[in-house]
Amino acid sequence: MSLFGLRCLGALLLAIGLAAPAAAAPLGLGQLMEALAASPHGTATFTEKKYISFLEQPVESSGTLRFVAPARLEKNTLKPTAESLVLDGAVLTLERGKRKQVLQLKDYPEIAGMIESIRATLAGDRRALEKVYRLSLQGTTARWTLVLEPLDPRVARMVTRIRMDGAQAEVRTVEIQQAGGDYSIMTIEAMP
Amino acid sequence: MTRRSLSSGSGIAVAVWLLFLLACVWLVSRASFTADLSAFLPRSPTQEQQLLVDQLKSGVASRLILIGIEGGDPAARLRTSRELAARLRTDAQFLHIANGEMQGMERDRQILLDKRYLLSPAVNPERFSVEGLRAGINDSLDLLASSAGLFSKALLPRDPTGEFMQLLEAMGNSAQPQSDDGVWVARDGQRALLLARTRAEGADIDGQATAVAAIRSAFQAVEAPGTRLALTGPGPFSVNARATIKDDVTRLSGIGMAIIVGLLLLVYRSPTALMLGLLPVLSGALAGVAAVSLGFGVVHGITLGFGTALIGEAVDYSIYLFMQSEQADAAAGDPRRHWIATYWPTIRIGVLTSVFGFASLLFSGFPGLAQLGLYAISGLLTAALVTRFVLPHLLPAKLRVRDVSEPGRRLQAWVARAGGLRGGVWLLFAAACALLAVKHDSLWNRELAALSPVPLADQQLDMNMRADLGAPDVRYLVVVTAPSEEAALVASERAAEALEKLQAAGGIDGFESPARYLPSQASQRQRLASLPADAELRQRFAAATAGLPLRADRFEPFFAEVAHARSQPPLTRQDLAGSSLAEGVDALMMESGGRWTALLPLRASAANQHLIDAAQVRAALTAGKPPAAGSKLVFVDIKGETDRLYAGYLQEAILLSLAGLGAILLLLLLATRSLRRVFRIVAPLAVAVAVVIAGLVLAGQQLTILHLVGMLLVVAVGSNYALFFDQGSFDQGSFDQGSFDQGHFDQGSVNGGIAPRTLASLLLATTTTVAGFGILAFSSVPVLSAIGATVGPGAILALVFSAILARAT
Repeated sequence: MSLFGLRCLGALLLAIGLAAPAAAAPLGLGQLMEALAASPHGTATFTEKKYISFLEQPVESSGTLRFVAPARLEKNTLKPTAESLVLDGAVLTLERGKRKQVLQLKDYPEIAGMIESIRATLAGDRRALEKVYRLSLQGTTARWTLVLEPLDPRVARMVTRIRMDGAQAEVRTVEIQQAGGDYSIMTIEAMP
Repeated sequence: MTRRSLSSGSGIAVAVWLLFLLACVWLVSRASFTADLSAFLPRSPTQEQQLLVDQLKSGVASRLILIGIEGGDPAARLRTSRELAARLRTDAQFLHIANGEMQGMERDRQILLDKRYLLSPAVNPERFSVEGLRAGINDSLDLLASSAGLFSKALLPRDPTGEFMQLLEAMGNSAQPQSDDGVWVARDGQRALLLARTRAEGADIDGQATAVAAIRSAFQAVEAPGTRLALTGPGPFSVNARATIKDDVTRLSGIGMAIIVGLLLLVYRSPTALMLGLLPVLSGALAGVAAVSLGFGVVHGITLGFGTALIGEAVDYSIYLFMQSEQADAAAGDPRRHWIATYWPTIRIGVLTSVFGFASLLFSGFPGLAQLGLYAISGLLTAALVTRFVLPHLLPAKLRVRDVSEPGRRLQAWVARAGGLRGGVWLLFAAACALLAVKHDSLWNRELAALSPVPLADQQLDMNMRADLGAPDVRYLVVVTAPSEEAALVASERAAEALEKLQAAGGIDGFESPARYLPSQASQRQRLASLPADAELRQRFAAATAGLPLRADRFEPFFAEVAHARSQPPLTRQDLAGSSLAEGVDALMMESGGRWTALLPLRASAANQHLIDAAQVRAALTAGKPPAAGSKLVFVDIKGETDRLYAGYLQEAILLSLAGLGAILLLLLLATRSLRRVFRIVAPLAVAVAVVIAGLVLAGQQLTILHLVGMLLVVAVGSNYALFFDQGSFDQGSFDQGSFDQGHFDQGSVNGGIAPRTLASLLLATTTTVAGFGILAFSSVPVLSAIGATVGPGAILALVFSAILARAT
C-alpha cells in the first residue's frame, strides 16, 4: 500500500513538464516564476524514457499531460499500457487496467512536499518551491535551465536532482536523477 | 375450605408464605442480571442460528468499537487521535487499535517481501516454467514503463516475476479510510476516526463497559479543548442499553410506584392498609424474579422493567380485598370471609385467565418472551394467593379503609347511563377493525432492529462512521468449522477458490480470508515444491529472458532468494507476530472447545445494491471442491438470519397468543357454561384491544412482538373488570365454588347491577394499572414503551367498554 503510493507519487514527478503559452522573456528566477504563474493551464504530449541500470535499453512511454492552475495535474499514458494519473489538490488518483487507487498526498509526507513543490513550479509559486528545494536558474529567456535540489534528506533519498529545460514560459524537458544512477527524461511538446 | 384456612390454618399459611419469601430472597440475591441481546437469541438454535449467535456474541464485529473525535480544529483532532491511540495501545484489554498510523508497516513489508514465495497464491510450477517466468518478467517490464516505474524498478533484480507486487495488491484491496496527515478522518473531514478491537467478547458487557471506560478516561487525559468523543459499535451500544434500561426501570418504576402509593394512601387513608396492600405485590415481584432466575439462569433488564409495571396489576387483588370486603353488611359476620365467598371466585377466574394468557408465552422460542411469561405467571399467582390466603390473617380486625360507597354510587349512575353508548362502541370497533384490515400488510414490523434499544441517532452515527472507516459490518459470511487450524485453513482455501469464481462472475465484490494472511501448510509446501533448484532456475531464466533487454548478471539476488526460500520451513502464526497479517489471522480465526472456526466475510458490490444472493453463494460453494471430512462450510447472511429469526418469533408469538386466547375462552366457557356470558366478558376486551391497536397504527407505529405482549396484558387485566361487570349483572357470588351451575346464576340475575364499592375498587385498580404500565410508554427503550403504550390506554378502554357493554339493568 505505502509502496504503491510511492510508485504513484514517483510517477507524478514525471508529469510535471507542462507547456504553457509564451509570455515575457525571463532572465531571473522571479521573472520565470511570474511568467509561469501567468499561464494558468496547458495541454501537451509527452514522451518519457527511463534509463535503468539492469536494462540494456531505456523503457519508453508516451501520452498527454494537462495542468490546470493552481492545483490540478493530469497525466494520461497511452503507450505501452493505458494509465491515468490525476493529482487534484491533496488527492492522487491512479487508474491502470481495472485497478483504481485513490491516495491522500498527506499520507506520504516524505514525498508530499516534493510533489507539491513540483506542482508549484508549474504554478509559478516560488515561495512554496523554496521551502523544499534549492533553486538555481541558468540561461536566457529563449533557453533556460532550472535545477531543483531537495533540501530534505528524506526526499533526497529518492530523487537527487530535477532539471527542467524550457523556453519562455514553456517547460520542454524534465530530467529526474535518482540516487544510484538511474534517471528518466521526459520531453514535452505543447499542443495548440 | 375457606373456614378452615381462616382459623386453624392461619399460622400455617403465614409460615409457608414467610418461608417462600425467604427462598425467593435467596434466589434473587444469587440471580445474575443482564441487558445484552441474549433475550433476543433463540433458545434452541439451528446450525445457522448458532453461527449467528456465536457471531453476535463473540465474532469479529462484536468486538469492534468505532471511535470518533469531533469538534475542535483539525490539527487538534489529529493530535488527540494519535495520543489516544498511543495510550490505548498500551492497554492490554485492546487487541488492536488502528487510527491510520502506519503501525508495523515496515514489518508487514518485510514479511511480504521475505516470505513472498510462501504467501503468493500465484506461485505454482507453471509460474516457474520458462513460459511462466517470461510472462512474469514481461509484466514487470511493462510496469517499468508506467508512472510507477521508477519505484517498482528497485525490486526487479530480487523479484523479477513481481510476486511482491501481486501480494501487495491482494492484501491492500480492501477499502481504505480517508486520512489526513496519516490519521484516519471522516469523508467530510470533520471527525478523526479510530477502530479498537477488544479482548472482551461483545456479549461480555462488563468487559465491554471496562473497555468503554478505558477509552473515555484515556480521551479525558489527552483531549484537546473543544473536542468530543463519539463511541459506537456493539460493545458501547450494549453498555449504553444496559445503563438506559437500568435508568428507565429505576426512574419509571419509582414514579409509577409513587403514584400507586399516593393513590392507595388517598383512598385507604390508612398507612397500615397501604403497607399490607403492598405485601402481595412485593411477594409477587420477588417470586417473579426468583422464578425467572431459576428457570433461565439469568434475568434480563427488560423483564425487570416489565415486572415493575406488573405491580400495577398485582396490587389490584388487595384493592379488591380491602374495598369490597367493606361492603359486607354487619349481619354477614366476618367481612373478609364474606369477600372470599363472594368475590374470590371471580378474581380466581380473572387470575386464571391471565395465567392462561401468559402461559402461551412460556412456549415461545424467544427467551425474552418466555421470561416475561414466566415472570407474569409466577408474579400474578403469588400476589393472588398471598391476597387470598395470607393477607386476611394479617389484617387487623378493626381495619377500615375509607368508605367509597358515595363516589361508587355516582359511578353507578354513570354506568347506568353508559349503556346508551353501546352503539358508539360497536361503531368504534367496526372502524378499528376496518382500519386494521386496510393496513393489514404493513401492520407488523418484521425487523429485529425495531426492538433495538439503540437510539436512531446513534445507529445513524454508527452507520456513518462504519462507512467512513470501511469497517466490516460483516453481514455476509462464509463460516468454516474444522477440527484443526490447518484443516480450517485448507477449507478456507477451497472456499476461496469457489468465491473467486463467484467474484469473477460479478456475484460478489470481494472477500477476506485468514488463509490469505496465513496459507495452509499444505499450500505453502506446494508452493515451495514448485520452486526449481538453482541450476535449473538459472537455465530457465536464461531461456525466458532470451531476446529481452535485460542484463542477466543483475539478477543474482533473485537466484539467491529463491534458493533461500527453498530451504525455509512453512510459515506459522508465530512467524507473523507483530504484523498486520497476524491481526488478519486473529480477527478471522478462532478456536473454542477444540473446533476451529474461520470466517470469510464477503463484500457485496454497490452495483447489486450492496446485497448478495444467498442462493448464488451456496450454489458456488456446493459447486466447488467439497471440504475435507470433519470440516464444514456454511454461508450466513447475518441480517437476513436475524430478521428471519425475529419473523419466526413473531409468527410463533402470534400463534401462541391465539392459542392462549383459545385457552382463555375455554376457561370462561367452563366457568360460566354460557356462550352468551363468555361473549359478554370477551367483547369489551376485544373492542379495547382493537381500538388501542388501531390507535397505535394511526399514530404511525408498526407493531412489534412486544405490542402483542401488551395485548395479552390488556386481556389479562381487562378480564378482571369484565368479569366483575358480568358478575354484577348476576347475583353476587355467582361463581361460588363448586357450583358453576346455570340455575344458580339465573337466580341472581334479576337483582343485577354492579355494587358501588366494587365499581370504585375497579376504578382504583384501573388507575394503578395505568400508573404502573402507562408510565412505561415514556421509556426510551422501545420494548418497554411498546408495552406501556398498549397496556396504559388498553386498561382504561377495557374498563370503560366493560361498563358500557355490561348488561343493562
